[in-house]
Amino acid sequence: MSLLLNEIGNGIFLGAFFGLVALGYSMVYGILRLINFAHGDFYMVAAFVSYTILGAVLVGHSHGQWFTVLWVGVVVMVITGGLAMLANQFVYRPMRRAAILSLMIAAIGLSQVLENGVLVTPQWGATYLVYPVTTPPSGFNLGSNHYTWGQLIIVLISGLLALGVYFLVGRTLLGKAMRAVSEDRIAAVLMGINVDLVIAIVFFIGGALAGAAAVMTGVYYGQINYLMGFTVGLEAFTAAVLGGIGNIGGAVLGGLILGIVQSIGTGIFGAEWAIVVAFGALVLMLWFRPTGLLGERVARRM
Amino acid sequence: MRALELNGVSVYYGAVRGVEDVDLYVDEGEIVALLGANGAGKSTLLKAISGIIHPRHGSIAFFGDNFGKLSAHRRVIQGLVHVPEGRRIFTTLTIGENLELGAYGTQRNRTERARRLNEVLGLFPLLQQHFQRLAGTLSGGEQQVLAIGRAMMSNPRVLMIDEPSLGLDPQKVDIVYDMLEEVAKLGTTVLLVEQNVSLALEIASRAYVLQQGSVVLSGPSASLVDDSRLSDAYLGKSADDHD
Ligand SMILES: Nc1ncnc2c1ncn2[C@@H]1O[C@H](COP(=O)(O)OP(=O)(O)O)[C@@H](O)[C@H]1O
Ligand SMILES: [Mg+2]
Repeated sequence: MSLLLNEIGNGIFLGAFFGLVALGYSMVYGILRLINFAHGDFYMVAAFVSYTILGAVLVGHSHGQWFTVLWVGVVVMVITGGLAMLANQFVYRPMRRAAILSLMIAAIGLSQVLENGVLVTPQWGATYLVYPVTTPPSGFNLGSNHYTWGQLIIVLISGLLALGVYFLVGRTLLGKAMRAVSEDRIAAVLMGINVDLVIAIVFFIGGALAGAAAVMTGVYYGQINYLMGFTVGLEAFTAAVLGGIGNIGGAVLGGLILGIVQSIGTGIFGAEWAIVVAFGALVLMLWFRPTGLLGERVARRM
Repeated sequence: MRALELNGVSVYYGAVRGVEDVDLYVDEGEIVALLGANGAGKSTLLKAISGIIHPRHGSIAFFGDNFGKLSAHRRVIQGLVHVPEGRRIFTTLTIGENLELGAYGTQRNRTERARRLNEVLGLFPLLQQHFQRLAGTLSGGEQQVLAIGRAMMSNPRVLMIDEPSLGLDPQKVDIVYDMLEEVAKLGTTVLLVEQNVSLALEIASRAYVLQQGSVVLSGPSASLVDDSRLSDAYLGKSADDHD
């Protein structure tokens, strides 16, 4: 029983990452019906950019310089948001009238460009890089498990960011415009909504959330690699589909469930089974409930 | 003052002709009807005016200023609103949210929007009842009422509306047409697309009749009511077949 509680605790932590990346996936899908396969690579690029900035502003390997990490995190969110916006502007927007399949192929191409771009960049490359900051081991015990303060902060920040998105989409005029564009782009234009701007903002938010997740990954796991976006991208996509893709609450819920399922699954079968467990969960969900958990509640869809 | 003036407007969908060489004007404060059978080009013309599609030839001027390639959302900000065929309300949003979005282009701050909302609800009390309901749960007639209310949220100078009576029972049609007269009384200029001729000619001062993409007849409503060329346009006879 307490073992299960431990796995659930770990799962919530893992789910916080998945949820943040899944939100970006889901929002872009909601507004363009595009599965943006490059999304995981925005996250990967963010990890490298934050690695370089942190390396420059921190002297030596240091523990817990929270304030520095926080402001670098915000800067990286803006940069990654900007990167996602550029991708939209120069890759997806010119293809707006193209078939959705062509868009998906462009997304895969963009993903390759980003991965190989990082690969050939001096100082970055193919090896695992040690992240300049790590979380100190001090923390608290719950059940028989030890959690660090870093883990707790990561879960809290993820929760706050997700709540922020939920509020933005649910309550603000911009959020209503996002949902309007998602449902009927022409009708949205006829309201005086600048649809291209709204789409750009959605890309920005998705990218920024991936940026935040990347910094947290670096700080927590302590190492980054140019292929890290691929796995997380798949897991986030799975989380988004589990929750009902296009649905804001669903992305977060899907992230948490995937985190917990993966945690329990790898606890039983071993860590190398993580991806198998994730896709197993996805296949089962598609089997019994193809719309995802919240897929039919269209009210909060965007 | 000319609220709208079209000169030689032609619109094509690839090789398919939508409308060809249309001249048309609407004066400020008028209700003008645009009539014609299915496929005549009425919706195409409205779409070209609101900027959803761009004409191949011709010019469209709004209160004397040429629209040129001005994007559609900017035309709304200038005071032109288009209630499209099929109403196209946001079914997954509430009625309140639909109305609020109607003010998106023109009423940028919250207090302005709230004030405008009160004015519109005052005009159309029907909308007040189900404020929190999802718009998708409304009946066809209620959706049309919402679509007009939403359009009026932008406080437009010109309202274009495409077949508002389509699919509604006569009682609901009356409600919708009362609304349109109300809108016009407030000084809003109206360009009304209809297939239901007698209905449209009742409230319009003038009308244009489209047939296969071209204007075949125009004039004051009174002179058109008994014109046999009007029914010919609906029966698909071309003007040459006449006499
Ligand atoms: N999206 C489109 N693609 C191709 N042809 C179209 C399209 N929309 C309308 N048309 C054609 O343009 C002509 C005018 O259509 P439309 O403006 O919808 O007529 P109306 O509104 O008077 O019924 C018709 O021949 C129609 O088939
Ligand atoms: Mg039509």
